[in-house]
Amino acid sequence: MYAFEYQRPATLADAVAALTRSEDARPLSGGMTLLPTLKQRLAQPSELVDLSGVPDLQGVREEDGALLIGAFTRHADVAAGETVRRRIPALARLAESIGDRQVRNRGTLGGSIANADPAADYPAAVVALNATVRTDRREIAGDDFFTGLFETALEPGELVVGVRFPVPDAAAYAKFRHPASRYALVGVFVARFGAEVRLAVTGAGPSVFRVPEMETALASDFRPEAIAGITVDADGLNGDIHAAPDYRAHLVTVMARRAVAACG
Amino acid sequence: MANPSGIGASVRRREDKRFLTGRGTYTEDIRRPNETRAYILRSPHAHARIAGIDTADAQAAPGVVAVFTGADMAADGVGSLPCGWLIHNKDGSPMKEPPHHPIARDKVRYVGDPVAVVIAETTAQAKDAAELIVVDYEELPAVASLRAALDEGAAGLHDDAPGNVCYDWHLGDAAAVDAAFAQAAHVTTLELVNNRLIPNAMEPRAAMGEYDPATGEHTLTTTSQNPHVIRLLMGAFVLGIPEHKLRVVAPDVGGGFGSKIFHYGEEAIVTWAAKKIGRPVKWTAERSESFLSDAHGRDHLSKTELALDKDGRFLALRVSTVANMGAYLSTFSTSIPTYLYATLLAGQYRTPAIYAEVKALFTNTAPVDAYRGAGRPEACYLIERLVDTAAREMGIDRTEIRRRNFVPKEAMPYATPVALEYDTGDFARNLDMALPLVDYAGFAARKAEAAARGKLRGIGFATYIEACGIAPSNIAGALGARAGLYESAEVRFHPTGSVTVFTGSHSHGQGHETTFAQLVADRFGIPIDNVEIVHGDTAKVPFGMGTYGSRSLAVGGSALVKAMDKVERKAKKIAAHLMEAAEADIEVKDGRFAVAGTDKAVGIADIAMAAYIPHKFPLDELEPGLDEQAFYDPKNFTYPNGCHVCEVEIDPETGVTRVVAFTAVDDFGRVINPLIVEGQVHGGIVQGIGQALLENCVYDESGQLLTGSYMDYGMPRADDVPSFTVRYHEEAPCTHNPLGVKGCGEAGTIGASAAVMNAVVDALAEYGITHLDMPATPERVWRAINESRPAMAAE
Repeated sequence: MYAFEYQRPATLADAVAALTRSEDARPLSGGMTLLPTLKQRLAQPSELVDLSGVPDLQGVREEDGALLIGAFTRHADVAAGETVRRRIPALARLAESIGDRQVRNRGTLGGSIANADPAADYPAAVVALNATVRTDRREIAGDDFFTGLFETALEPGELVVGVRFPVPDAAAYAKFRHPASRYALVGVFVARFGAEVRLAVTGAGPSVFRVPEMETALASDFRPEAIAGITVDADGLNGDIHAAPDYRAHLVTVMARRAVAACG
Repeated sequence: MANPSGIGASVRRREDKRFLTGRGTYTEDIRRPNETRAYILRSPHAHARIAGIDTADAQAAPGVVAVFTGADMAADGVGSLPCGWLIHNKDGSPMKEPPHHPIARDKVRYVGDPVAVVIAETTAQAKDAAELIVVDYEELPAVASLRAALDEGAAGLHDDAPGNVCYDWHLGDAAAVDAAFAQAAHVTTLELVNNRLIPNAMEPRAAMGEYDPATGEHTLTTTSQNPHVIRLLMGAFVLGIPEHKLRVVAPDVGGGFGSKIFHYGEEAIVTWAAKKIGRPVKWTAERSESFLSDAHGRDHLSKTELALDKDGRFLALRVSTVANMGAYLSTFSTSIPTYLYATLLAGQYRTPAIYAEVKALFTNTAPVDAYRGAGRPEACYLIERLVDTAAREMGIDRTEIRRRNFVPKEAMPYATPVALEYDTGDFARNLDMALPLVDYAGFAARKAEAAARGKLRGIGFATYIEACGIAPSNIAGALGARAGLYESAEVRFHPTGSVTVFTGSHSHGQGHETTFAQLVADRFGIPIDNVEIVHGDTAKVPFGMGTYGSRSLAVGGSALVKAMDKVERKAKKIAAHLMEAAEADIEVKDGRFAVAGTDKAVGIADIAMAAYIPHKFPLDELEPGLDEQAFYDPKNFTYPNGCHVCEVEIDPETGVTRVVAFTAVDDFGRVINPLIVEGQVHGGIVQGIGQALLENCVYDESGQLLTGSYMDYGMPRADDVPSFTVRYHEEAPCTHNPLGVKGCGEAGTIGASAAVMNAVVDALAEYGITHLDMPATPERVWRAINESRPAMAAE
C-alpha cells in the first residue's frame, strides 16, 4: 500500500471535520474492502480517519418502535445482539451469513452500505425494510440511498451515523452464494408490514433493486406460489464467469420464493 | 510387545506441534542481517514485444539498491531454465524447447512473465520503484487457450515452434486398435475437457539468495519439494555454479502439490542478484503472484473412443489429447501428458489394444506442469467417464461392466498395451469392499427419498490405478528423462543410541518426520523420540530427488531400509565381538542382538557406544562408527489402486450439487501410519472434489487471468465436503520394494474427480444428460437441465 496519514478521532464532530479537511481523506470502518484495496494499490487516500474511537457510531437501540443500529456496529454484534434477534431475526441471520467469522468481527453495517458493493447483503435489508440512513447531516430513505454500482447518495465527506430499521411483521433473507467468493450472487430480502410487502434484490444487478410486480402479488397473496411465475428481465443484470444474467434472473425468482417460504 | 511407534501404528504427526504453534521456520521467517527485498515487475500483457525498458527513475527511487532486467542477466551469461524431460515426436524428431529466461528478454509471453526485478531495503520501496519503470510494450495477438491455439492462423509464441506445437507424440499400436474397432459390437465416444487448475499451496513461493565473497559460496533458501534437483538445474544450466559452491535449503515448506517441484526463475534471480549486490536478496510471492506465476495443472482436450464386444468387454481404446504447456516449458511439463498420462490409459482394465496421441501446444498462459496426480487424474477421469458412458449406452450395471473388465489378480504381473507392468493388484477386492460400505443395494431408496425432497440423487464409481515412484532410472532415461529417479538415505547412530536420519526426500505436508522415524523405531526397537529426520538441505543430506509422484515412502523409505540393513550388518559384527560369539550365531529381533540359544544379548545403544568408543571393538576388521548411507533405484513403478464411490444431490432449481457421501477403498500396499495415510486421502479427495465442482482457471481471450484471486477461483472448503469413509486393504503389497509400500499422496485426487462427475451425470440422467464438463458449477448444471427440458417436453 501507499503511505497515508492516520488518525482516530474520539467524537463524531472531529471525524467529520477530519474528513472534510482533506479531499482525499477516507473513513476507515471495518476496513474489509478498503484495506485489501489499499494493499493492492488500487486506492491512494491521503488520510485514513479511523471511526473505531467514536462511541456515537456504535450499538443497537430501540427508538419509537424501530431499531437504530450504529454505523460502526459489527456484523457479529448485529448477528448476536439480543434486540435484533428478538425484533428483526431476519436481519440478525443476514448478518450471520456475511463472509466468515473474521470478517464479521471486523466489518460494519455503515462500512458495508457506504461501500455499496453490488454483492453485499445489507443493501437488500436496508431497502426491503424501508430503513432510513442517518448521516452526520441528514436522513436518507433506503430507497434513495443506493444509486448505482459502488455509488450512494452520500456527499463527499458525509458520514453514515446509523440506520433506522422499522420492525416488520415478517421478514426473511434468502441468499444464493457465489461459488468462489461466497458473496451474494443473488440475495432476496422480503419484508411484510401489514398489507404492504417490500422485496429487494442484491447481487443480481449493479445495485440493489426492488421487484414491484412481486411485491404487488405478495401483498394480496403472501405465499411462494404467488410469485413463482414472475421473472425479472435479465437485461441489465450482472454477468460474469460464474453466472450469466439469465441465470441470475432465474435465481431471483427462486430465492424470492424461498425467502417468502422462510417467513413461515 | 510391538513397538508402540512402529510400523502400522497411528502415531500422531510429530511435526504438527511446531506447525500448530506457529513455530515452523518457513523461508519468509528467516531473517538475515542486511537483507534486501526483491519485487518482480511482471508483464500485464499476454503477448508483447519489449521495445525498451527505462529503469532510470526506479534506480534513483528511495531505498532502491538495484534494478535488473533480462538484458543484465544476459550480459552475465545467465542461461535458460531447463526442461527435465525430452519427448520425441511421432517421426522421431525431438520436441521444441524454446528458451525460458528467468527475466524475459525480447518478448513477454504470458501475463505475469517477469520483466524486471527491483531490489530495495523494503518491499514497499521496491514496489514504489517498480511503478517508475517504463516498459515500452508492442502488443501482439494472444493465444490464450488450447482452442485458440488450434485455430488456423493463431499467432506464434516462439519463432522455433511453428503452429505453437511443442511435440506431437504417440504411444501404442494404432493398427491393432483399428482392427479391434472394426470388430466392435459397440463403440462409445466422448469428448472431454480436463479443466485447468491453479495449485494454491498454503505457503506462497519464496526464495532467498545469499553469497559469501570470502568462500565464494552461494546459498539459496527456497520453497522447494526437491532442493538437490534445484541445485543441479540452477547450478549447471542457469547460473553456472558448481555444486560444491551452491547450497540449496528447503526449510519448512507449506504445501506444494507439485507446484514446488520445478525450478522457477525467481530462484535464479535472487541467487544471481545476491552476488551482484553483495547482500542477501529475499523474494516472497504475494497470493496474486502465485495465481499468475505458479505452474498450473491439467488443461487437456481429449477425443476418446472405446470399442466393446456385445458383452461389454473392452476391445480397444483410442485417445487423442491436446495438452497445454503454457508459454514456456516448466521443468517436468513435457512428461506429464505423456509418460504419466498415456501410460495409465489401461486403468484397471484388460483392454488389449490402446493407442494414444498427444499434441502439446504453447499458449500465452502461465506454464503448466505437474499438479497432484499429474497426468494420472486426467487418465482416470477419461477412462472412468468413458466406462460409465459405455455402461449406460449398453444397459450394463456400472459396477458389472467394471468387474467384467478388471485385470484379475491371477493375471499379475500384467503388462499393459501402454508400456507398464503392474506387479500386483486385486481390483475386484476394492470393489467388493466398497459395495457394502456404500449400500449400493439401497441406493434406489435413497434416490426416491431425495426426489420426494425435490433433489436429484446420483451415485458414481471410479476405479483408478496410478504409477508412483517413477523408475527405474535407466528406463526413464531411455524415455527422455534427464534426471535420475532414485532416492538416498543416511542413518547415523550417535554414541548413546539416538539416531539422525538424513533423507533425500522432502516433507512439505506428508509427515516424513513421523513415518520415517517409525521405520527406524520399528527396526531397532527404540523410542521414536530418539529418532530425528533431517531433510531439505543439500549441505546436510546426500543427493536426493525429493518428493513428488507419491514416491517418498516407496523410494525414500526403501533407501532408508537399505541404509538400516547396512547398519544392522555392521551392528551384528560388533555384537558378535562384544559377546564373543560367532557372527553367524547372532539373531536380531526388535533391535536386540542375541546369541542364539543363550540369554546373552545387547541392544543397539550398546553397540553404538562400542562403535564410537571402540575400546572393545574389532578394529582390525571394522571401521569405528555406526553411520551408513544407501541409494535405492526402484525396479519398477508402484501401482496404488482403488475404488472411489461418490453420492451427490443436485437441486434442479438452482443447479447446486452437494457431495453427500464419499467412500474410498484403496490399496496402498503396506501401510506404515494409518492416520497419516487417511489424512493424505482426505486432502486428495477434497482436491478432486474441488476440480469436479469448483476449481477452474479461466483466461479471457486476450490472455488476462480472470480467476486471479479467491473472489473468482473457487477453492473447496470444509463445508463443501461430507465426512469421508476411508478404508484400505494390505492384501496386495508391492512386490519389488522392501517395505511392500505403494504410495498414497495423490490417490484421493486421482479417483475423486471421476467419481464425483459420474455421480453428477447419474443424477442428471433422467434429463437425458450424458456428459458434463468439469467443474459442474451451479450455472453449468442448471443450464444443462434447462436445455434438456424442451427436448423432454417434445418426447
